[in-house]
Order: sequence, then C-alpha cells, then structure tokens
Amino acid sequence: MTEKILGLIPVDWRFELTSLPYIRKIIKSRWMPFLPIVLNLSVFTVILMAGYVGGVSTGNYNFGIMFVWIVWWLLLMMVMVPFFSRIWCMVCPLPAFGEWLQRLGFTGVRNKLFGLNRKWPKSLKNMWLVNFLFLGTTYTTGFLTTRPIATFILLMSIIIGSIALMIVFEKRNFCKYIGCPVGGFLGLYSNMAVTEIRARDPQICKDHKHKDCVIGNEKGHSCPWMILPFDIGRNTYCGMCLECFKTCPYDNMAINLRPPATDLLVDKNRGLDEAWKAFIMLGIAIFFFLIMQGNNGLLKDWANAKTTEGYLTFVGLHSIFNLLLIPGVFLVFVYASRALGSKEIQLKKLFTNFSYTLVPLGLIAWIAFSFGLLFPNSSYVLHVLSDPFAWGWDLFGTAKFPWTPFLTGVMPYFQIGTLLFGLVLSLDIGFKISKQTFQNRDQAVRGFIPIAAFLTVTTIFLIWLFTG
Amino acid sequence: MRTINKFFMGALIFALLAGPLFVLAQSEEPKEKVITIEAKKFSYAPETVEVNKGDRVTIRFISTDVHHGLYIDGYELETNARPGQDGSITFTADETGKFVMRCSVTCGPFHPYMIGYLKVKPDYRLFGSIWLALGIFIGSILLVSRRQKP
Repeated sequence: MTEKILGLIPVDWRFELTSLPYIRKIIKSRWMPFLPIVLNLSVFTVILMAGYVGGVSTGNYNFGIMFVWIVWWLLLMMVMVPFFSRIWCMVCPLPAFGEWLQRLGFTGVRNKLFGLNRKWPKSLKNMWLVNFLFLGTTYTTGFLTTRPIATFILLMSIIIGSIALMIVFEKRNFCKYIGCPVGGFLGLYSNMAVTEIRARDPQICKDHKHKDCVIGNEKGHSCPWMILPFDIGRNTYCGMCLECFKTCPYDNMAINLRPPATDLLVDKNRGLDEAWKAFIMLGIAIFFFLIMQGNNGLLKDWANAKTTEGYLTFVGLHSIFNLLLIPGVFLVFVYASRALGSKEIQLKKLFTNFSYTLVPLGLIAWIAFSFGLLFPNSSYVLHVLSDPFAWGWDLFGTAKFPWTPFLTGVMPYFQIGTLLFGLVLSLDIGFKISKQTFQNRDQAVRGFIPIAAFLTVTTIFLIWLFTG
Repeated sequence: MRTINKFFMGALIFALLAGPLFVLAQSEEPKEKVITIEAKKFSYAPETVEVNKGDRVTIRFISTDVHHGLYIDGYELETNARPGQDGSITFTADETGKFVMRCSVTCGPFHPYMIGYLKVKPDYRLFGSIWLALGIFIGSILLVSRRQKP
C-alpha cells in the first residue's frame, strides 16, 4: 500500500508541469535561465550600489538591506524553498560571473571549460564546510542586517570569491561545497519542496548509454552541479540550472509537482553533515528571533558588538547552542527511542535518520519567524523603492510613506497555525522514518514516541518564544 | 476494547499535561496601573510589562538618549519621547496575550530590533496553543499505535 503524506496525498503522486508545451519550450531555451539571471543582476546592482552608498547609515531606510534581508529572505523562506525547491540557485546572479568566465560566453555551449577545472576533494563533498560558513556568517547578523556596507561587503565577497574559486575548481563546486553561505540550507530544505526535477521515464535513461546529461553535448553543458540527472534521488544538490533539459536527446527530463517533504523519506545518502545542518538551522532561527524580535537588550548589545567581551560571549553561546546543545538534547531523545524501540539499531543510524524530522519543523520555524519581519517591517520597502540611494528621490511617489505595521495584532495566530502545521507534518514524516529504520511496526511505534515528544516540546517552546 | 483503553489513556495523559495550565489561566480583578517605561538605544526598561485583563493601564514613556517611539502591536497605540519630553498612553487591557512594543522612530542601526513585550494575563492564546500541540502529540501516538488491518 502506498504511503500518504498527512494521510492525504500518496507519496508517489506527481503532476508533470513540463507536460505543458509552452513551459517545456521556455525551459529548453538557452535564454533560460540566462534572462532571469540578468534581470536579477540588475536588481542586485542597485542593491550593491545602495549598500555602498549607504555605508554605516541606519539600515531600515536602505534599499540593499530591505531587499536582501526582508524581500529576498521572505521570498526565499516562505515561497521559493517550500514551493519551488532551489529555484533561487537557478536565478542567483552572484556566481554568474564565474560561470560565464568558465564558459567564456553567456548563452552558448562550450563543454571544455576555461580554468584549472580542479576536482573538489572527495572528503569535503558534504555540507560540513557550508555548515560552518553559514554559522560564521550569522555571527555578523547584527551588522549584516543593519549596516548597508556590511551587506555590500558580504555580497561582493561572494561574487569575487566565486570568480576566483570557479577558475580553480570545476563547475559549481563553489555553490555546492565551498563558498555559498545559504547553499547548504537551500539544499536541505528543498527536500520539503512541492516541486522536483526528475527523469520522466527512468527506463529510457537506463537504456541510453551515452548519458548526454552527464557529459554534455552541443545543445547543453554537462550537469554543472555534477549530479546524475537521470538518477536524482533528492532535491538537495540539484541547482535547477535546466541544462539536462537541453542535453537530453529523448526529452526525458521533467519538472513535477509532488507532495511536500517526500525527499525526506529517501533512505539514501543521509548523513551527519545534513543532520547538523538541520540542528544549526533550528538553532539559528531561535537565536535570530532573540536578537531581532526578542526583548533582551543585553543580547542585542552583544550581537551589535557594543563591547568585545559581549560580542565574543554572543559568538560562544550561539556556537555552543547550535553545534552542541540542540544535538545533545536530541541525542537524549534518540537514545530513549532506541531503548524503547530496538537496541539492535545503531544509535548513529537512528540519530541521523530522525534528524530529518527537524527539516519540516525547522523550515516552518523560519516561516513563523519571517512573519515577524513581514508584518511590522515591509512598509519600509515602499520607501526604499522610491528612494533607493537616500538621495531624496521619489520615483513612485512613496518616498514619504510612513512606517506602517500591518496585521501585527493577528500575526501570532499566523505563527501558531504555521508551527502547529509544522508539528503535524514533522510527526507524519517522523513516523514514516521510524518505520523505515526499525525492523517492524511495533518497534517503530515505540521508537517514535520519544521523537514525537521532542518535536512536540520543541514546537511548544517555539510557540511560547514567538507568541507567549 | 484495546482502542477504548488507549483513548482513555490518551485523555488521561492529556488531562495530566494540560491540567496545570487551567490553574494559570485564572484571571485577577482589574486594577488601575501606572507604568514607567524607559527607552534607550536599543531596549526598553522594563523589557516586559505585565498586566491583567481589564486593567486600566497608563504608560509613562521616557527617553534617556535620543528620540524614541513606542508602538504596541494589536492595540495599535503609539507615543514617542525625547530626553526631557515624555510621552504617555492610557488604555484598557481588554485583549489578552503577548503584544510586541516596538520603537516607531528611527533611532539608529538596531532600531527595527528595539523591542519590548506587553503581556496581558491570562494568556488564553498560549494555553490554547499548548493544549492543541499536546492534543496533536497524543492523537498522533494513538493514531500510529492502531492495529493494522491484515
């Protein structure tokens, strides 16, 4: 019997979006995703200019700060990742210069890439590096989200770093393993997405020996993300660049609509690197809330580096909380799960498998957190649209639009509803993972109870933190 | 029979876990309260103001450094203060729950994060949410422990 997500949608249900001819035509064009990247690049040019011009001025009236940390961040967490997987990677302009340099062109196909084309070491082909990179970036959140110049420096570092590293390392190693702070969580959380890129008919790929999607041909590049497009098990490392649609001689690639979170049930390539990514993301959501929406002035002073000691305390607490405390508490519950379920299952396997239950909970926590940015702060966007460089412009007549929080009275209900939905979804995924991991259903039920308790306690904590 | 037993066991666990919240959910007699909130970059003192449902609350708002504002989510009330020039708000705390108080006058880099809380007790919304979460937990355990049809 086919499993159903939330008891409603069969796990293997799919609707092929690219069966619509005009969508397939657009996807197969070499102008995709070049045009959206160029469009995006023009917005990022304004963001960079505003960041540079804004310097250390207050961020809430700066185009760069507002568009990166309000508009982009909210779109990323609330729309792109849950609905369209890594669509951001498809249109991201930051590594575009490096990729165009590798290809020595914009839309043409040149499978012999410019540069040293070094392979990335096998031992580092995981999320550990980007885990630490993202955690390290969050140490500077007090500056990044409040000082325009800090956002400018971050974005320019990514652009320059990507050009330098993409000359040394082949293809998209930079995005996948090295230099993109958000690449890791986009990968992990895209497992939640209701869309995917997969082969239409696996048998066609099996019978086709030449594998144009892997080696490239005159119509398209070999997969820049160095995955096997004919065998994508999970969304994690598919950057949705669409090259496989162009190279496949059998037109056998598809973008499908599917139930949420199905990739979390793929019992293949799970690892501790992704487990820690899930812990870190949950922990950062909590810490970001405390800094940005909490009432503790001392913590804000620490994050704002009012004193060196305070800042170092913030970095230390932030690191211990994310890297040790959350995994440590989770381990206690996993230990109880093993004691109740079956001691024949390795603790590491149980720990790793169950850590994926934190993916729905974590993404939902970020969505609930994001409501706290959306409702009170989005009116600033109208101001910066009209006067992006604070030069006294009024392009759309909204430069004088006052700060106007909206729906803040009902915001807690949005947050509670979202968090409770996250609990239901993570419990559903949790039991399915439990059945995969333990040998029989009775063991799975018993082993599931402590994990369900952890998810419930965490949800109650988040509800209390955000709204209580 | 087993299903009925499990159901009663679930209800008992729910009652044990959720019961103490009933005690906390009792409201107190409304009173007149005058509270002084001091603002400085980028926090309020006290960080949290607690009142009871029905209290007539007057907030005296003072700033010790620059121009600050005080906007209360949900109640949609606002005042502002400069050093030596206080603000004030008077209202009846008829809505319960936690309400964010945020600075409404741009006062520096951390201005959007200058936040305090107004808590109007008892917080029915919080208790209701916790009951729902506990209900979901117990419901899920009951659901997965059903015997499967052969």
